[in-house]
Amino acid sequence: MDSPLLRDLKSLVGADSVLHRPEDLLLYEYDGSVEVARPTCVVFPSTTEHVVELMRLAKKHDTPIVGRGAGTGLSGGALARKGGIVAVFSKMNRILALDIEDQRAVVQPGVVNSDLSAAVANVGLHFAPDPSSQKACTIGGNVAENSGGPHTLAYGVTTNHVLALQLVLPSGELVRIGSSAVDAPGYDLTGLLVGSEGTLALVTEITVKLTRVPECVKTLLAIFDTVDDSMETVADITARGITPAACEMLDGWTLRAVEDYVHAGFPRDCAAVLLLEVDGLREAAEQQAIDVADVCRAHNAREVRVAKDARERDLLWKGRKNAFGAVGRLSSTYYVQDGVIPRTKLPATLRQIDTIGKKYGFQIGNIFHAGDGNLHPLILFDQRDPEQFRRVLAASDEIIQFCIDQGGSITGEHGVGMEKDRLMPLLFSDAELEVMARMRNAFNPTGLLNPEKIFPSKKGCGEIHSAPLAAPGRPHA
Amino acid sequence: MSGASQIANILGTNNVKTDMDLLAAYAIAGKTPSEVVSPSNAAEVVEIVRHAASAKRAIVAAGARTKLSMGLPPSRYDVAIDMTRMDRVIAYDPGDLTLGVEPGITLAKLSRVLAEHGQMLPLGVPFGAHTTVGGTIASGVDAPQRQLYGTARDFLLGAEFVTGDGVLAKSGGRVVKNVTGYDLHKLLIGSLGTLGIITKLNFKTFPLPLNVRGFIARFRSYEAALDMRDRIARSPLLPMTLDIFSPGVGRLFASAAGAGAAREPMPEGILSDDEWALTTGYSGNESALARYEAELRKMTAESGATAITIASDTLPAAWARKREFIPIAIASSPATTVLKIGVVPSKLKLALRAAGDSGQKHELPGVAMARGVGVLYIALLPTDAGVESKRRVANCVGAIQSAATELGGHATVPWCPDAWKNDLNIWGAATPDWEEMRKVKNAFDPGGILSPGRYVGGM
Repeated sequence: MDSPLLRDLKSLVGADSVLHRPEDLLLYEYDGSVEVARPTCVVFPSTTEHVVELMRLAKKHDTPIVGRGAGTGLSGGALARKGGIVAVFSKMNRILALDIEDQRAVVQPGVVNSDLSAAVANVGLHFAPDPSSQKACTIGGNVAENSGGPHTLAYGVTTNHVLALQLVLPSGELVRIGSSAVDAPGYDLTGLLVGSEGTLALVTEITVKLTRVPECVKTLLAIFDTVDDSMETVADITARGITPAACEMLDGWTLRAVEDYVHAGFPRDCAAVLLLEVDGLREAAEQQAIDVADVCRAHNAREVRVAKDARERDLLWKGRKNAFGAVGRLSSTYYVQDGVIPRTKLPATLRQIDTIGKKYGFQIGNIFHAGDGNLHPLILFDQRDPEQFRRVLAASDEIIQFCIDQGGSITGEHGVGMEKDRLMPLLFSDAELEVMARMRNAFNPTGLLNPEKIFPSKKGCGEIHSAPLAAPGRPHA
Repeated sequence: MSGASQIANILGTNNVKTDMDLLAAYAIAGKTPSEVVSPSNAAEVVEIVRHAASAKRAIVAAGARTKLSMGLPPSRYDVAIDMTRMDRVIAYDPGDLTLGVEPGITLAKLSRVLAEHGQMLPLGVPFGAHTTVGGTIASGVDAPQRQLYGTARDFLLGAEFVTGDGVLAKSGGRVVKNVTGYDLHKLLIGSLGTLGIITKLNFKTFPLPLNVRGFIARFRSYEAALDMRDRIARSPLLPMTLDIFSPGVGRLFASAAGAGAAREPMPEGILSDDEWALTTGYSGNESALARYEAELRKMTAESGATAITIASDTLPAAWARKREFIPIAIASSPATTVLKIGVVPSKLKLALRAAGDSGQKHELPGVAMARGVGVLYIALLPTDAGVESKRRVANCVGAIQSAATELGGHATVPWCPDAWKNDLNIWGAATPDWEEMRKVKNAFDPGGILSPGRYVGGM
């Protein structure tokens, strides 16, 4: 016998668009993070009207509701921490309008990130935010998390590319904010909503800017015998005012795991590589490639390889984008941090991460957006050992505290979600969090929309669950 | 004890002023505050706001006071909080290209600090000689460099501000990538001091472009000038600025009003009085500059330009005027009324036609500046500020605003004579999201004491 909530949901979207048996819910207990939370049921809306009605039903049944795209998020943002309805947007995956002349697209939230770029590739455009999960993750999820990616160094993150949104508020009202024309009068609500981690509204339409594909792209691989040299290189490139399109670092340990998996021709005996890309006007990009290579050599790069063609370039990027999958083959479980530091602090911070790894006895791999100062230390551990997981968190917290001490932040692109809410007081006072919470209360007064995210709950670390198995090849940012 | 003397206890009597002459300098549309207070740090701002909140006194934040007249006149105005004593660079890490400043520092002074390290903020906003960083952010004025660098929302990394109930709040940080908590600082941009008093702003800085060139092409029609804009947009070129000027702008730039914008005289032969001009700036190494020039020359031929100028030495004088288009227009008529229109770039043509038709119909002289990203400034220049001029301007503005709405865009009136504010639709057509904005306003300023009435819908 269905509960009143299930009866209402099935009559709204049809029985085949509602999941509620425990075995069907299993997948939706997880996302790309180490968090776990079981929803009461999962619903697949196919229209904006469905989403409006879902919000009203959540209210009627006093049940939490959480939006979800592809479930690739890395902070538990799309998990039903308090149970309730998970609304999965995979059926709302249409590109509603393309305006090539004005470089605009209007999409439903379930459109897969790379599908939008593919749809406009023939006219020389693309959607610039490129999380490593871009072949799976949705633009709705990108909007919720303000997702980044390797090329956001030069092109900006999701918020820099979103102009307008259609929202369903927790009250069930449908509202449009922003405008396809720039500088809509009034407060920048679009800027507030992007990155609000699904706690203020559910998004049903997104108007984005499309970016011209550069005429020239040069991809370089700089090989170093010490991590220090690679980090000094990044600091120096930044200080010289060179902004590559991308500047990624892989340390030697990660690189060997990657090479075993993708066979991209990465050197197995080095301490670190930088994967650098410059692009733009041919004359400018060619000069930048020379400048970047010079800086690498000035900091003792053993070799600087330049990809000769698209195939070589793709191979290098395949290594980068599959790195987390490669690491997943070595260890069943790993924990990824997402701290950010000023680029001037890169060498010292990498040394500190190494020290912390040794202190706790963990292998820590580093593969991250070095140009942005956005670290992703990756700690391998055995999830069957709860004591180990506690130590992983301790090591991770120590890294985060060091980032904060350097003037940094606790998350650069993965979001706070239910993973880092307990860390928020390290950056924000109670009063500052209270002012931030006023926004949530203004839009989401009952708190039924994505409850217990971002803001620290009073329960502490005991809430963090043991980790799921990390699947090899799982997309990761 | 009066409010003024209470605050004097906190700030010292030198920093609380009540003499009439000084107060008059802070007047907005004939409303004069009863005191001007000058805090030197965030803690003092908190105290000032708390006192004002408990006494229900309305506060307007001021920097260089170049843009106090923007928006609607405040419905109440008791205290002017002058932020110019808070003018320190708090943190500057040139190697990281990040910066933290107090709001009262002038852009001119900050630019000098950054230039010492070969860096800049792409905020070539009007009133550049005097304007403060805080005023620039709070007013949300844009700059020609937005063509390449975007607007403040793209490089403001974080902010600290005091809410209307006196709580010191903050969001973001001083790192270039950050998703920790809500981006409240984006709400402050263009909020005209209605959400909080800004006490600190963090920015991403940029390398100063070297080898800057300007390219100016003249056209008989705006259609031809916009055709060239479209060609640039479809090309691999990435210019820093791209603005189109109407006939008549050349005369304005060469006039006494234009002379206020730059020491050097306006170079001759760049703009002509009966032609449209597309002006674009770019930078790079010699081979990139050569490529720009070659491509731009080709495009001008295809778009039917009548003349081109490539400027390097004469650039600063011309560029200073381009930046100061609005102040120059304001100084050019006793009743200048400036419309700011936003449309998608492909609709610039129709927006310009609507503006031109409407100006002609209502017999109002005017000039226009269209930015490549889809922003159009129309400055109506009536010969006097009389009743008949007001009637014509109101009709003209209304017609242009309707046209902008029909084109899927929007049109506001950032500048007009104070006395006309209530006769014009300053914020344009109301939209349903104003209700959501009201929620934001109430959350940050529950007592409604921060610049009350200035914002959209009289918020």
